[in-house]
Amino acid sequence: MINPLLKLNEKLFDADVEQVPIRKGFGEGLVQAAEENPQVVGLCADLTESTQMDKFKEKFPNRFVEMGVAEQNMASVASGMAAMGKIPFITSYSMFSPGRNWEQIRTTIAYNDRPVKIVGSHAGVSVGPDGGTHQAIEDIAITRVMPNMVVISPCDAVEAKKATVAISKTSTPVYLRLAREKTPVMTTPDTPFEIGKAQIMWSPSVNKTPQVGIIATGALLHKALLAAKTLEKEGTLVEVMNLSTIKPLDTEAVITLAKRAGKIVTVEEHQIHGGMGSAVAECLASNFPVPIRFIGVNDRFGQSGTPAEIIEFYGLGEKDIVKAVKELSK
Amino acid sequence: MHLTEEKKTMIEEKANDIRLSIIDMLVAAGSGHTAGPLGMSDIFSTLYFHTLNHRPTEPTWPERDMLVLSNGHICPVLYSTMAHSGYFPVEELKTLRKFGSRLQGHPHREFLPMLETSSGPLGSGLSQAVGMAIADSMDAQDHKRRIYCMMSDGEQEEGQTWEAVMLGGKNKLHNLVAVVDRNNIQIDGYTETIMPLEPLSDKWRAFNWHVIEIDGHNIEEIADAFEMAKTIYEKPTVIIAHTIPGKGVKEFEQDYRWHGKPPTPVEAEMAIKELRSLGGKIQGHHND
Repeated sequence: MINPLLKLNEKLFDADVEQVPIRKGFGEGLVQAAEENPQVVGLCADLTESTQMDKFKEKFPNRFVEMGVAEQNMASVASGMAAMGKIPFITSYSMFSPGRNWEQIRTTIAYNDRPVKIVGSHAGVSVGPDGGTHQAIEDIAITRVMPNMVVISPCDAVEAKKATVAISKTSTPVYLRLAREKTPVMTTPDTPFEIGKAQIMWSPSVNKTPQVGIIATGALLHKALLAAKTLEKEGTLVEVMNLSTIKPLDTEAVITLAKRAGKIVTVEEHQIHGGMGSAVAECLASNFPVPIRFIGVNDRFGQSGTPAEIIEFYGLGEKDIVKAVKELSK
Repeated sequence: MHLTEEKKTMIEEKANDIRLSIIDMLVAAGSGHTAGPLGMSDIFSTLYFHTLNHRPTEPTWPERDMLVLSNGHICPVLYSTMAHSGYFPVEELKTLRKFGSRLQGHPHREFLPMLETSSGPLGSGLSQAVGMAIADSMDAQDHKRRIYCMMSDGEQEEGQTWEAVMLGGKNKLHNLVAVVDRNNIQIDGYTETIMPLEPLSDKWRAFNWHVIEIDGHNIEEIADAFEMAKTIYEKPTVIIAHTIPGKGVKEFEQDYRWHGKPPTPVEAEMAIKELRSLGGKIQGHHND
């Protein structure tokens, strides 16, 4: 059953659940953050509408900088603005920022510990038709490896809005990972959000300990919840965690889940190597080793197709999660 | 503000002190870059003892001019100039590149927070200076404070440099001054052999910058160029400073092999002797 304390969307299992692109939540959150703090500024590398920074630009034209197609410059310009007291949000597709401009982010933002918020849209393979060049599935690995960097991957538009407002109030660099496609809305404005706090979204309906813990990040959390419901019907009890902050990792929550369930499946739209599952494995290997299965892209690049076709091809869907849990719980 | 003869002599003497400390610190470190720091000593001396609006004993003074060192590898000249202008004790210079030192091999703000930025990887300093200048424009501070960015000629080969040049020109950042150390050398050889930069002035001009070319060892020309930049309201200014790498020590001058190595103790002794005699000449010239 879904966790009643989190005040989640009651229709989240319905076929007609509301679907909104996660990036839309960012666009709304940025306007709110800018209204609350005059130091918030926006920079975009020629993708203002697509990254949903257009609403901010309309409302605060004097606080918006159009960079042109120059992501490396954008990262370092933002560092310079942060040195003068600004809270810069920089937007592009994840493949280009933090992809193309990784070293500029590393040296001029993270090494300098400047509060630049790197917002990467179109992360994951569900970007779809654009093909593999535009599907960032390495971004979690390359950002979480940087000291000082906070990495957040919201599960839906509502959580993305809260995360955007929250990171506008912190003094650290942040990578905020957004997806392009419409995503089922699982949380509500009343669902609590705190940077660095994982949440248990689903627990066994009967008062029994779970056989497997599922840890998901981003939009695939919805597939994990669907899988949990199916599994319970078929007699396998699981607990599902929304791990939206990948760094700093909520180690206490992850270890607690591992202790309760004894087995873990991680789910992410990212390479298995170096992603959220790796972060979980690093934590558990040194604190409470348990068997882990990783749902993610297995050392391949993406390709064109509909999001549904691609999710199926790379083994990231509900049935893949069900299968992994069943294998593990044998 | 034109230089008086006394001020000019003082700046020249300070430049000589800066060079002497550069030799001392490089020998003590046993590694580091020699040619660039010596070549930029006259410009750094002019900036810190004449041009910059700053308070060495109050490094975080909010109204200070900002100086971004883009080519972090010439940090011995930055550290030496900062020490001689009172930011920290001159004795500390000998900790350069040592474990636990505030004076990291390439500048790092975490160790020395009074730096405006960390640097080392080439080509990103101008972007940061552009960001600072844009932030000041947004806050209507652009007539109160100036942003300076020190760059090498080698880093004109980095694509990011030109992304920043383009944005600076687009936004007409009159509060921004870039200085290119045109010493014609880089690690692998002479710039025009490795990757020809000329016509460098025309390139910057084509990106809508005001270009001033100077002799980077003529204190009056250096000071005048920074003054002239203040009168250009429609564009950012770049000062292309022709310098002699290794300037002040005849044996080091104009030789690209001195780009990235320190002098041995014997070479340093010779260099110090030359620089001391140069110092005497500056004093003697002033007394004439």
